[in-house]
Amino acid sequence: MNHQYDVVIVGAGLAGLRAAIELGEDTRTAIISKVFATRSHSGAAQGGIGAALGNEEEDHWKWHMFDTVKGSDYLADQDAVEILTKDAPRTIYELEHMGVPFNRTEEGRIAQRAFGGHTSNFGKAAIKRACFAADRTGRVILDTLWEKCLQRGIDFFNEYQIMNLTVRDGRCCGVTAYELASGTLHHFHSKAVLLATGGAGKIFRTSSNAFASTGDGMAIAFRAGAALEDMEFVQFHPTGIYKLGILISEAVRGEGGILRNSEGERFMERYAPTIKDLAPRDMVSRCILREIRDGKGIDGKDYVFLDLTHLGEEVISSKLAEISGFARTYAGVDVTKEPIPVQPTCHYMMGGIATDTDGRVMVDNQDHTISGLYAAGECACVSVHGANRLGCNSLLDVLVYGRRAGRSIRRYIHTIGLPPLSGDDPTAETAAQIAALMESTGRERSGAIRSEMQKIMMDDVSVFRRGETLVKVMEKLRLLKERCGQISIQDKGRCFNRDLLDALEVGYMLDLAEAITLGALNRDESRGAHFREDCPDRDDEHWLVHSLFCYAGPKAAPQFLTKSVKITDFEPKERKY
Amino acid sequence: MKSTFIIYRFDPAVDSEGHYQEYSLETAPTDKILDCLNRIRWEQDPTLAYRFSCAHGICGSDAMMINGRIELACQKLIRDFKTANNFVIEPLPLFNVVKDLVVDMNPFFEKHRHVRPYLISDLDEPERERLQEAENQRFFEPALRCILCASCTAACPISRANPDYLGPAALLRSFRYIFDSRDTATGSRLAQIDTDDGVWGCKTMWWCTDVCPKGIPVTKCLGQIKRLVREKQKTES
Repeated sequence: MNHQYDVVIVGAGLAGLRAAIELGEDTRTAIISKVFATRSHSGAAQGGIGAALGNEEEDHWKWHMFDTVKGSDYLADQDAVEILTKDAPRTIYELEHMGVPFNRTEEGRIAQRAFGGHTSNFGKAAIKRACFAADRTGRVILDTLWEKCLQRGIDFFNEYQIMNLTVRDGRCCGVTAYELASGTLHHFHSKAVLLATGGAGKIFRTSSNAFASTGDGMAIAFRAGAALEDMEFVQFHPTGIYKLGILISEAVRGEGGILRNSEGERFMERYAPTIKDLAPRDMVSRCILREIRDGKGIDGKDYVFLDLTHLGEEVISSKLAEISGFARTYAGVDVTKEPIPVQPTCHYMMGGIATDTDGRVMVDNQDHTISGLYAAGECACVSVHGANRLGCNSLLDVLVYGRRAGRSIRRYIHTIGLPPLSGDDPTAETAAQIAALMESTGRERSGAIRSEMQKIMMDDVSVFRRGETLVKVMEKLRLLKERCGQISIQDKGRCFNRDLLDALEVGYMLDLAEAITLGALNRDESRGAHFREDCPDRDDEHWLVHSLFCYAGPKAAPQFLTKSVKITDFEPKERKY
Repeated sequence: MKSTFIIYRFDPAVDSEGHYQEYSLETAPTDKILDCLNRIRWEQDPTLAYRFSCAHGICGSDAMMINGRIELACQKLIRDFKTANNFVIEPLPLFNVVKDLVVDMNPFFEKHRHVRPYLISDLDEPERERLQEAENQRFFEPALRCILCASCTAACPISRANPDYLGPAALLRSFRYIFDSRDTATGSRLAQIDTDDGVWGCKTMWWCTDVCPKGIPVTKCLGQIKRLVREKQKTES
């Protein structure tokens, strides 16, 4: 089936929805999403969204900018961070005007709370900068923007899996998608395509991410010629529920929660004397694992305690209601009486599809683009997060850069017509790909390959990495990719064929896992979330650069390039908290 | 421990009606029901269809009947059930089955759309945020916990009897905007649902409140709408 639109947005999380709103009522916009829009993983964001409103105490966007740059271990592009932090207050007011129910101060203004790595006056003390709606901030923003899109009458194609981009003569003019309910292929012919497909946290075994977070958009863009950037920087959130990886928001520590080891010691005081438990995520995750390695995990096991028993029921019920429910349901813990067992969990991809600050997708380090193709949100790398993202900068990123992508697409589509599609069926390539998979008689199952990949990546490419191990991981991933070619599909039906999607997803994740590992191997230094035990120091002389990955065919490892970092206001310094 | 899962199956391509299929699985007390479904799908039967995404009760994808009661499969653990080795899993009632445990949610979202689920304000927007009392927010806060899983509406006996009834989830969304001090369309919102298919369809049977996986006092919220409608009628007469 064929459709024509001005713009097709892939992904119905916050970046996609915000872009759709910006495109305006006179733009024919379709949003396609592999899950129903409100099931998007933006809804799982808990703690808050950062902006220097100064509602609780003095604050300035420049302080926010400094914290973001320092948090990124100086790898973020500072022009992009300036845009992000300067535009943050306007973004919050805009959300409030749309109806987002932020918690309020006694004066009726938007309330704010402390978050990891956010400080006053260039690192002096922790500051209250995160605007929040209890601990369901992402969920209420997602609902509000989705409902705004309903009001606008934007066409949603829910439970449609993106399969391929249509690129003709270096220009993107549509996508092919697979309708899950019927097994039919649809072609969306458009002037522009925005990828807003979110993260890929399911590459790792312990993950806070949804099952849908398999990096489809990143991998599809990569295969179509887009460059991936900074893939080796994967954020492990310090406080996932032990064994399950379910996120316990940093807001817990923002409200005064404390991490303790088996001796009951508040160990973060030793590592980050100024902001203690509110140090950035990369540091806290490493500190937790160091405590565990030193034998100070609880009962000798690989977790520590997150203690909020002293916060009182009022704070917990009005500001941390969801996480207390998670702790009760999944860990059997009453947070008012007992600490929560936690360990680091894969949470966020700092890397993604290389874009400029208008969301245009780059193909190399020479500013060449694929015209008509845009990306925003977690699947993109602008880069505002560099080597480590600060908490509550992700919601801000998706909204600021989702809007900017929408705005630049709007300008672009007014300058051009719908690109012609030659006589061939644009879904033919995808149809052949699916037919080959459905008819394959190979002996492999996607589930087994996925489990192996997740274990390898968790064991050897997560918080701590070593060069010699990474070399072995590259080889293991190559073998898994080979096996991937032997997957056969057991479900021969056309309705809700998850078996088929599983097979596609594991292929996407393996491509990304390879880029992550290659980046980790090449970057023989430690910076932000990338920590090499065999090269524990930051090396600005050689590695104050972005990594770029270009597709080199289904069997080859990606081509590796570097790109300079934009430094405007803050020269790299040693990163201490 | 060995657990038996008796699961409703229906494939529109081959079945004229649904049937039940039995699977047997080694389970641990801390396994979520969703984990069990995943393992059945991965290890035994890749054709089993059900919705899922976040797997911790925030996306609202996986409401279904577990042992005759509506639950989120990701929010219930094996240990939560007394009959820990025997499970009957069925799709949400009320809706048409698309395949196995997947139901057609379109009618549910149509009703949601019908209540105009967005802030309507005829006041000028200030440069900064509008002021709002924390107290006002606390009043409608329960409705913000809603994840649109449709458990309440599927459980509602009135919804089952009257297909035109808006149902608890849509009315809860209405409640959220009616009591938000920033919304100025209270009058027309109340008028729109002051009908037998609107808020008066609710006969206070509490099934919605009973099944809500987020603990929202749905029936009470709908009661607040009824109270406001009556108050308004009084002041107008």
